[in-house]
Amino acid sequence: MKRKFIEILGETFLRLSIIISLIFLFLFLFMIFSKGIKVISWEFLTRMPRSGMTKGGIYPAILGTFWITIVSIFIAFPIGIFSGIFLSEYGKPKWLVDIIKTSINTLSGTPSIVFGLFGLSVFVIGLNLKVSILSGGLTLAILILPTIINSTVEAINSVPFDFREAALSLGATKSQVIRNVVLPYAMPGILTGTIISVGRAAGETAPILFTAATFYSRRLPKSLMDEVMAMPYHIYALMTEGTSPQYQIPIAYGTAIVLLILILFINGSAIFLRYRIRKRRG
Amino acid sequence: MEELIKVKNLNLFFGSKHILKSINMSIYKKSVTAVIGPSGCGKSTYLRCFNRMNDYNGAKIDGEIMLDGEDINSKNTDVTKLRMKVGMVFQKPNPFAKSIFENVAFGLKIHGKLKTYEIENRVEESLKSVWLWDEVKDRLKESALLLSGGQQQRLCMARALATNPEIVLLDEPTSALDPNSTRKIEDLCLELKGKVTILIVTHNIAQAARISDYTAFLYLGELIEYNETKLIFTVPKDKKTEEYISGKFG
Repeated sequence: MKRKFIEILGETFLRLSIIISLIFLFLFLFMIFSKGIKVISWEFLTRMPRSGMTKGGIYPAILGTFWITIVSIFIAFPIGIFSGIFLSEYGKPKWLVDIIKTSINTLSGTPSIVFGLFGLSVFVIGLNLKVSILSGGLTLAILILPTIINSTVEAINSVPFDFREAALSLGATKSQVIRNVVLPYAMPGILTGTIISVGRAAGETAPILFTAATFYSRRLPKSLMDEVMAMPYHIYALMTEGTSPQYQIPIAYGTAIVLLILILFINGSAIFLRYRIRKRRG
Repeated sequence: MEELIKVKNLNLFFGSKHILKSINMSIYKKSVTAVIGPSGCGKSTYLRCFNRMNDYNGAKIDGEIMLDGEDINSKNTDVTKLRMKVGMVFQKPNPFAKSIFENVAFGLKIHGKLKTYEIENRVEESLKSVWLWDEVKDRLKESALLLSGGQQQRLCMARALATNPEIVLLDEPTSALDPNSTRKIEDLCLELKGKVTILIVTHNIAQAARISDYTAFLYLGELIEYNETKLIFTVPKDKKTEEYISGKFG
């Protein structure tokens, strides 16, 4: 009787937890959407801001976020994956590899504003890249690098030894084992880590605050050396520096909706990609 | 019988543990040689000496294993070439998460040099030699993981045979299989020995008796007795061998 009671109590507790989580998620979406949905329109997505940012669209901010994210992924993805492969397959001695892994973990827990300061002093000032897409992309790349390295290392470590053994026994060299067996098997896991980072890069404000973002720009960026508007910073700026809150607050919420949908879209397409890879290998 | 491999005074250590102790033994061409012995006697480790798979677990080896007049433990041995000559099938079927075709073609492709049609021919030949061709010829592009366990193990044999090795090492190849699949693998060994030398490790004494021409009994890292299978199983010279094959221990 007592065991049965504990059983029911336990299940009820678990059920309650998920209900609470769902309530928060629902409230979150409801608040954002109810406050921002009325500004969403085709014009909002495709036009420049007008009349002191009280009207018009957020097209430059969407474009800016897009480019900063793309730059950071193009830099962080290859470097992160190659670092991960090196750490898990070639790194020696073990104690040094462990120290490096711990440092990377620590780095991934560092507050993002610290990365912003780093980007400012190294890229913007040190390398004289100015406040630009490139500086912001580089800063975000460093921010997401630990996540990509970690997920690569974890995905590689989860490849069953059976597969390596089989490939080695057929006369494969170490690099052939990695290229033909380990990486294809680990790829879905690596992608998962990268997807999470793409979402993070697109949504971060602090790292681009001093390195890439500008409050208002009259023209669209023409090169990687231009400063840009970006969605997360746009929200921040409208909420803190806005002069006509009655118009600008809904625009901020509308921008949040667009940002959420963008991240949903990125994650969705990556999940689809991962599903395709898994399905192909049966 | 003609000798293919000669093992001379082979010793293997894991740290301070002496795993294989002064083993001397010849393996004869186009025959099935079985290595039997209780769990932990070192038989799998011994098998892995023949294709240098102990290179990755920190084992220290001395002694010689002569194949084609060369010591495979020598520093000059190219292990990737050695493993083309010495194929291996593992305890658990371990096909790659690739198509059936790609699995069999793997060994051929990584060594390069072959044209597409040559690879296709060899894949077909290998699959036929393990009696899998008729079962899979219409689904070569499907994932190998969709095959049954017994089929997977035969696929692994085809994969090992595709590079035309001189010898195939089988590490308890039927221990994860059902009786029917086991039977098929055993029949296959008997069929294949006309073409290739087979060295099989098994914990199944009856299996050794059924399929092997020679049997080696390994106990606590020592080669207790090595002889023709029919002699080992009828008139064993050593008391330990007799006790083991009659099921007194193990």
